[in-house]
Amino acid sequence: MLDYLPLILAGTLAAATPLIFAGLGELVAERSGVINLGVEGMMLIGAIAGFAAAAETGYGAVIGLPAGALAGAAAAAIFGFFALSLTANQAACGLALTIFGIGLSAFIGQHYVSYSLPGLQPIAIPLLSDIPLLGPALFRQDWVVYLSLIAFALVAWTLTKTRLGLLLKAVGEAPEAAHAIGYPVIAIRYGAVIFGGAMAGIAGAYLATVYTPLWVQNMSAGRGWIAVALVVFATWKPTRLMLGAYLFGFVTILQFHAQGLGISVPVQLLAALPYLATIVVLVLISRDRKLLQLNLPASLGKPFLP
Amino acid sequence: MSSPEARLKLLHISKRYPSVVANDDISLSVMPGEIHAILGENGAGKSTLMKIIYGAVKADSGEMLWDGRQVNVSNPAQARRLGIGMVFQHFSLFETLSVVENIALVLDEAFDLAALAVRVKEVSERYGLPLDPHRLVHSLSVGERQRVEIVRCLLQDPKLLILDEPTSVLTPQAVQKLFETLRRLASEGVSILYISHKLHEIQSLCDSATIMRGGKVTGTAIPRDETPASLARMMIGRELPVCVAPPYHGPVHPVLQVERLSLASDDPFGTSLKDISLTVNAGEIVGIAGISGNGQAELLAALSGETTVDREAVWLAGEAVGHLDAGRRRDRGLVFVPEERLGRGAVPALSLARNALLTGHRQGMKRWGLVAFDKAQAFAEQCIARFDVRCGGPGAAARSLSGGNLQKFIVGREIMLAPKLMIVAQPTWGVDVGASAFLRQTLLDLSRSGVAILVISEELEELFEISDRIAVLAAGRLSAPQARELADAESVGLQMAGLFTDTDAEVSHAPA
Repeated sequence: MLDYLPLILAGTLAAATPLIFAGLGELVAERSGVINLGVEGMMLIGAIAGFAAAAETGYGAVIGLPAGALAGAAAAAIFGFFALSLTANQAACGLALTIFGIGLSAFIGQHYVSYSLPGLQPIAIPLLSDIPLLGPALFRQDWVVYLSLIAFALVAWTLTKTRLGLLLKAVGEAPEAAHAIGYPVIAIRYGAVIFGGAMAGIAGAYLATVYTPLWVQNMSAGRGWIAVALVVFATWKPTRLMLGAYLFGFVTILQFHAQGLGISVPVQLLAALPYLATIVVLVLISRDRKLLQLNLPASLGKPFLP
Repeated sequence: MSSPEARLKLLHISKRYPSVVANDDISLSVMPGEIHAILGENGAGKSTLMKIIYGAVKADSGEMLWDGRQVNVSNPAQARRLGIGMVFQHFSLFETLSVVENIALVLDEAFDLAALAVRVKEVSERYGLPLDPHRLVHSLSVGERQRVEIVRCLLQDPKLLILDEPTSVLTPQAVQKLFETLRRLASEGVSILYISHKLHEIQSLCDSATIMRGGKVTGTAIPRDETPASLARMMIGRELPVCVAPPYHGPVHPVLQVERLSLASDDPFGTSLKDISLTVNAGEIVGIAGISGNGQAELLAALSGETTVDREAVWLAGEAVGHLDAGRRRDRGLVFVPEERLGRGAVPALSLARNALLTGHRQGMKRWGLVAFDKAQAFAEQCIARFDVRCGGPGAAARSLSGGNLQKFIVGREIMLAPKLMIVAQPTWGVDVGASAFLRQTLLDLSRSGVAILVISEELEELFEISDRIAVLAAGRLSAPQARELADAESVGLQMAGLFTDTDAEVSHAPA
């Protein structure tokens, strides 16, 4: 078992990475009071944009990730136009965006079916990667994994330590009050939603260009929905979101190994396990209604008319 | 007051909304260090005018002069830069943020919470408005929240401070403290615009007054030289109506008994009820004073049946009903007029006739199990005629009525159900003076016909006008009711601050 551990831990980090990007983006959007159920769609749009850019230019993830971010941000801007400027129902707009994303990515992806990309080489961090057992697991990863940790640190720092973070929370809690003291509520929400889209796009592009660097239709496989659920169960706190993402990643890798060992459980059930385990654990730890209510952005999902 | 130049001068300000002219040719001027009252009823256009000054609403026409220069304030941030601070009637604070975070959000300066906390403490102490900068706002009492708003304005070094109905949520003692602070600010040269409809407050505080009615200026006055009656005439255009409370001669027996009711609130922003006992007899009005958020919502829910409690905690006409839901309590003769008229007392988009059905269906508005709309229609027509509801008839949508008329309709609807017990929350909140007087008289007349009435209100004057006995709900505890003749505003105010429990309001509002 000990032989497996570095492998499992290393896999956990990689499998959690798309959830971290998508989840952090959705967390920021929801902090501002906008619930965007289009994460799955934005991930797929980001995935195909990233894959296409990487395949056409031959530069791989270096060009794939920015392309995915741009595409995700553009998709989020469309959502923002309907949900924020036209104050349409956010849940309906988000669902529509997801359906749109599934269709669009499949349509463009037709050209790339069975096309594969080179992927990324892990980067070993000097000294740290020499720690026995954990070193190779945690400090010999591709650069996108390290980027996800930087993104986490930046988002957590911004939310708790800066005026911008305070402002996001304020807008999410009482948009009328924020408007009354003179803040541009709609513009701030646009910013948060577009950031969320860019992050979902990066998550999708990571899946397509690094994690499984070949094009498969519908390759996000519900991870966008897990990201949305993670945000709620993490009670809108980045640290808890990270825990949830790693849990998902851990069970994902674990069940791969279980399949490899030939445990006689139907594959479909094993494949469902990460989703199930993540939801159950998160529901259990976020059971406290007061905690949920104190952290819930009070205006979440409600359109704001200045 | 050395400068002869007015700090703020408004010239011919007008603002029209599609259905109403909110401000019609308003002019006024405020000198440095002057406390200037804007006096008027709800709907007179005071708040619109203040929002225009603060840049939250744009005037259709008119000019604004600031220290003699013409200015065009297009948003609140610009108003703040000029030195205009505003304390809102409905506070613009963020509940899950701390005091210092709330203040940091409006200041245009480097983001340094630690340094700001020190300044908040300093300024709040200098003006006698003690505040702990690190407390979360949702754990503060309403009076403390207002201090946050005022300190927030003071840190911006204002030249003009606008206060919109600042005392509607304060105890009488807190009002006196606020006035001291305002006088001190005025003596330092800050101009103050004080919006209110409370005549005695304006007389004791303000140097001058502009009186508004129906969007127009109807007069200016030196409040100290006027009488409440003369100010009221300018404000409402006629004499101030008074209510008469005739003695009750019918049988006296308890109708509502609350026995040792305790209820833990599961809302993190709520208040738990602690050991509440109360009796309301036939033929009397018992008033419960206190500031909203001290358990009012929870007590109302427990009494109306929206929250069910222990069977023996609530008794209605001798029957234990604590475990019954709202519908079954209504079947037994309870009626309830909630604080929120639109959305809880009535469905905004439905006609009055259909709104009559909501509770009036107990009066047999059905035939073979189906709704008899003709009977609902007749019921609504009767209610409109009997309670002087000005509206477009029983087919008018509830939301098309003014606050006062809708309240008359809702109260009337409940009275026509021939209740044994009526529970009313904030009966005249947002209602004009004429309709308020009518509603108060209606409640008095109803009680004298042998109905027990419980009124929960924030308006002390109202409770003193209609109640036979007055109790105070503070921090989830209810004081023993006192006969109105024995109660005085002073002691009731102290109780509102929670002093009857030997702890003061600050302590009892500590975070849960």
